[in-house]
Amino acid sequence: MTVTIEAIVEVREIGMTYDTGVEALRDVTLTFPRGCLSTVLGPSGCGKTTLLKIIGGLIRPSTGEVRVAGRRVDGPGPERAFVFQDFALLPWANVLRNVAFGLELRGVPRDQRHTVARRSIAEVGLLGFEASYPHQLSGGMRQRVGLARALAVDAEIILMDEPFSSVDEQTRRKFQEDLLLLLRDRQKTVLFVTHSIEEAVYLSDRIVLLSPRPGSVARIIQPSIERARRSPDEIRRDKNYLDAVDEIWQILKRYVA
Amino acid sequence: MSRHARPPTALSLVAWCLVWELIGRAGLSTIIPPISRVLTAGMSIVATEKFVAAVVVSLRSFGLGMALALVVGVLVGTLMARVEGVARILGVWVNVFSSAPVSALVPILMAVIGIGETTVVVAVFLFAVFVIVLDVEVGVRQADRSLVEMARAFGARPHQVYTKVLFLSALPELLAGVRLGAIRGVKGVVIGQLLVAIIGVGELFELYAQHYLMEEFWALVLVVFAFAFAVSEAVAYLERRVEYYARAR
Repeated sequence: MTVTIEAIVEVREIGMTYDTGVEALRDVTLTFPRGCLSTVLGPSGCGKTTLLKIIGGLIRPSTGEVRVAGRRVDGPGPERAFVFQDFALLPWANVLRNVAFGLELRGVPRDQRHTVARRSIAEVGLLGFEASYPHQLSGGMRQRVGLARALAVDAEIILMDEPFSSVDEQTRRKFQEDLLLLLRDRQKTVLFVTHSIEEAVYLSDRIVLLSPRPGSVARIIQPSIERARRSPDEIRRDKNYLDAVDEIWQILKRYVA
Repeated sequence: MSRHARPPTALSLVAWCLVWELIGRAGLSTIIPPISRVLTAGMSIVATEKFVAAVVVSLRSFGLGMALALVVGVLVGTLMARVEGVARILGVWVNVFSSAPVSALVPILMAVIGIGETTVVVAVFLFAVFVIVLDVEVGVRQADRSLVEMARAFGARPHQVYTKVLFLSALPELLAGVRLGAIRGVKGVVIGQLLVAIIGVGELFELYAQHYLMEEFWALVLVVFAFAFAVSEAVAYLERRVEYYARAR
């Protein structure tokens, strides 16, 4: 029995050339399935962040269009939430206000948005830090605030731009594990941009490889790794995991040679 | 750093007062009375109606001029930072006037506007506005682009981007500009009133100088200096309150 997973994000012939003349993306066409965590992987400068921002409505593409749930993307929208690489927290606001910011912009009354924010703060494991300010937090904690902010607006699609690349390796692995746990009981679609092969394979079953500038889809890898009821360490030693990592490396190796 | 190696700053203040007192008592110059007599003269003039009226007029001119400088400064500075053409057209002028001796223009103002409070208000405005424009422009320009992007990503409308992100992000620079502008504004009041010479503390300065009432003169000088210092420190206090995030941006 085949289960068809519908595509919630459709990218059609997207091209992006900046005013400076740099062609970041060329003829990118792909789809992202609903309810899954997909990764976009590629070497630096391949346009993966650009693609994510186009999907998020932050950049207008030079050519092509993006459709989310059938509707054409013309700017940011409540069904898409963004997690930034450099956290982008308001330094003059405490954790509670930062997490509630997305709701504040929508005009949600204070008590209501703070209640929702507290729930998200608890989910990312920052209970007790509601009154702290970003400059008092470590990098890892700041990114958790960014994630909580994206969860608080309850968007169907979460766009994550190399969210773990600014933290150390141990914290990064912990975050990867926590993210999978967090998403397990939710029907969220996550588009995750990274330059780490291991991170991409660990997190997702659908890995889109972009070629170097101008970025276009080089390959889509879909390893099937058994994740249920297995410890993170077991997954990282799984044969399919290791084969996928190697396969991707062989492809990317040519690009950086 | 050992604590007892640094004498308290109050000590230098006391030392200066002592020097002033000694020079005054020695009668080395008729222009410099002992500080003790300055202070007693000060306490007697502060109570007079003339002084209070002078202070009220001066504060009014200062407040009005500063308020105008603040509004215009924030608007123009923001425009210059966000709209490319504006910066190119106005930039040169703002830079020139912020370092120019605007006091030289006050007699012309007097000739055009007339002798009175309006000239003083315009003088305060001109003294203060340019440095506020410059600092606001820098502040808004440096405002974290990623914060603006984040706000837009979460659905902020243009006015929300300004009020919830840009203004707060530029606050440290804005306050620095206000502090510098306020100090210059005080100069504007004094110079404006000195030249106009019929109102406010400027009038009093003229009066005391003409009648050689040096004790009263110096007392007034101390009052004006103390006011400028107090205003500067008040804004500096606000700056310190927002300093914690200025570095974190």
